[in-house]
Amino acid sequence: MDYTIELDENQLDIIEKILVEELVHIGVNTVLLIDLAGNVVVNLDDGKTQHDIYTLAALAAGNFGAVSEMAKIIGEEDFALLFHKGEKDSIHFSKVTDDLLLINVFGKEVSLGFLRLKVAEAITKIKELTGFVGP
Amino acid sequence: MALINPKKKEVQVKLVYYGPGRGGKTTNLEHIYDKFQNRIKGKLTAIKTYGDRTLFFDFLPLDIGVVKGYNIKMQFYTVPGQVKYKATRRLVLRGVDGVVFVADSMALRRQMNIVSLMDLKENLATFDKDIFKIPLVLQYNKRDLEKEGIRLLSNETLEKDLNQELKAPSFAASALKGHNVVETMKKAISLTVASLQEKLELKG
Repeated sequence: MDYTIELDENQLDIIEKILVEELVHIGVNTVLLIDLAGNVVVNLDDGKTQHDIYTLAALAAGNFGAVSEMAKIIGEEDFALLFHKGEKDSIHFSKVTDDLLLINVFGKEVSLGFLRLKVAEAITKIKELTGFVGP
Repeated sequence: MALINPKKKEVQVKLVYYGPGRGGKTTNLEHIYDKFQNRIKGKLTAIKTYGDRTLFFDFLPLDIGVVKGYNIKMQFYTVPGQVKYKATRRLVLRGVDGVVFVADSMALRRQMNIVSLMDLKENLATFDKDIFKIPLVLQYNKRDLEKEGIRLLSNETLEKDLNQELKAPSFAASALKGHNVVETMKKAISLTVASLQEKLELKG
């Protein structure tokens, strides 16, 4: 069995703090940091929302994996934006490292542009503070 | 790969049901879901075609209890078995910790079983995993069809075709009737968790 993502409690605390400050505080209702196998590394929410995060993570990893393969077929390295717009809530995906994805579920009160900015900041901080997250 | 969360004291373990199309992978998970519904917080998620065939994967999370102070969360997946979904099967295998290979006992499916096992071996290799080293259980499914006069491969033939070199634990089963479905699952879990125990001891 491989354990290519290993984070200790301190690192998890730091990551949670970053995600709360950058994302939950701007109104994102669910934040998931997952690996591409579909495992949940960190999950946070606004206290009002309750999703089935394990199923969401499995589907998100599958979705991201499938979209990445489609990108390669059409000659792209990856797509810059992966985002699904709902009537009430939407989902945004970002790659953090080769093995980690950040998923944000947010409502209409959060603009996509602002979210993308905050996601980029969160990813930079996660990478800076922990050196490199993952292999 | 198993994800150990030291903060939540939790380990997420990925077990994939693999095998040829229409072999009974989804039926295995459906039986497990029916049997353990009271212990499953989520639901069985199935991404299927209109013809009720697995298109992407099925997913079922199951908490199995505490090992070395860590709560073990099993994540069961199935893959789509049809030959054209090879790329999808590879995606689903990412991070796999253990495999249940569900073979179809019907005589006319003999070649499909062998092709599917080779496919598993190749797909595991793309993630630097060795079919001879990964926790693996074989299930020879559809044994119930014998009573209906359908020609089945003998256990010996299946063992020779699929397990001669692997020497993995194997179970004759009927996913439709629920025979040896839980036993297969338990063996796969015990092999997978056993390979994890050393790491959990080091974590403390």
